[in-house]
Amino acid sequence: MSTGSLSVSVWRGSKKGRFADYDVPRRDRQTVLDVVTHIQRYIDPSLSYRFACRVGVCGSCAMTVNGRARWTCRTHVNQVAADGRLRIEPLRSLRVIKDLSVDMTDFFDKWAKAKGAFEPTATRTNDLAAIQPGDFKRRQASAGIECIGCGVCYASCDVVQWNSDYLGPAALNRAWTLINDVRDGGSRERLAAVAGDAGCHACHSQQGCVESCPKHLNPTASIAGLKRAVAWAALKGTL
Amino acid sequence: MSHQHRNHPAYWAFVLHRVSGVVLGLFLPAHFLVLRLAVEDARAMDAFLAWTSNPLVALAEAGLVVLLAAHLTGGLRLLAVEFLPWRNWQKTMITISGGVSLCAGLAFLLNAS
Repeated sequence: MSTGSLSVSVWRGSKKGRFADYDVPRRDRQTVLDVVTHIQRYIDPSLSYRFACRVGVCGSCAMTVNGRARWTCRTHVNQVAADGRLRIEPLRSLRVIKDLSVDMTDFFDKWAKAKGAFEPTATRTNDLAAIQPGDFKRRQASAGIECIGCGVCYASCDVVQWNSDYLGPAALNRAWTLINDVRDGGSRERLAAVAGDAGCHACHSQQGCVESCPKHLNPTASIAGLKRAVAWAALKGTL
Repeated sequence: MSHQHRNHPAYWAFVLHRVSGVVLGLFLPAHFLVLRLAVEDARAMDAFLAWTSNPLVALAEAGLVVLLAAHLTGGLRLLAVEFLPWRNWQKTMITISGGVSLCAGLAFLLNAS
């Protein structure tokens, strides 16, 4: 059911560009991704944007909506555009490829720099690790494990804007989940990787990542955990 | 580009901590320069102390006390964030640190009046 129209400004171009204005029919239960898709399918097919699952799983449709980074597939228009106006931009702190599509290379390269890959200690001949769900370390890992890699926290982090080398909330959150994974054997190298100038100690605990994470994760808590782990390792001389 | 993503209590706590640190950093050299008068020129020191009884100066001093308290409580809050297990009452901690700072300023004003 159509209920009026939305006034939508969309970034067009790359680093340099301009906002283009579109009128989009307002519909019930309409998401911001629905709005962008309407523009691309019915008004201007040259509009570039990225999406895949449309149900909040893949993490590919994040954009800046009325000044805040959001996952657009799960952001309803009535949550963010009470006055019927939308301003849609690409994510901050990432190179714009075209229009609303950003280059996520830096974002994922930093996961690798933070040693975000699981380092197994067992082989296929070993029994499965028995880990109780209530185990302290398991609960710490579980608190951060549902990250979908959307980049919303990264785009909401001032430290990333100030220091382009900073690993960022998502990569550090990933490192913390692995440090709490008792099956993983790479924590010593991982702690060294996150202990540098661009690592966990660069975080100012502004908690913009916590405010913006669409999965309600808490990267600041993960980074605080890394800071404690690095401090203990330094005191023990194992860093 | 809009900065709406910054409008939340932890960000403003960060700004207050940073601004109070800079202002206190500027105040301290001036404070030591004035203290120097106690050794070098007692008459000038007495004249300066007489000037500080001006109500506007007392108000400025209360502001300084608030900034000092805000920097102290904000620093304690950050130490708690970084060295104690995570607590979900971050906004409560920010409110407490702000409240303590304002109370310190009010107590100073009450004492000065």
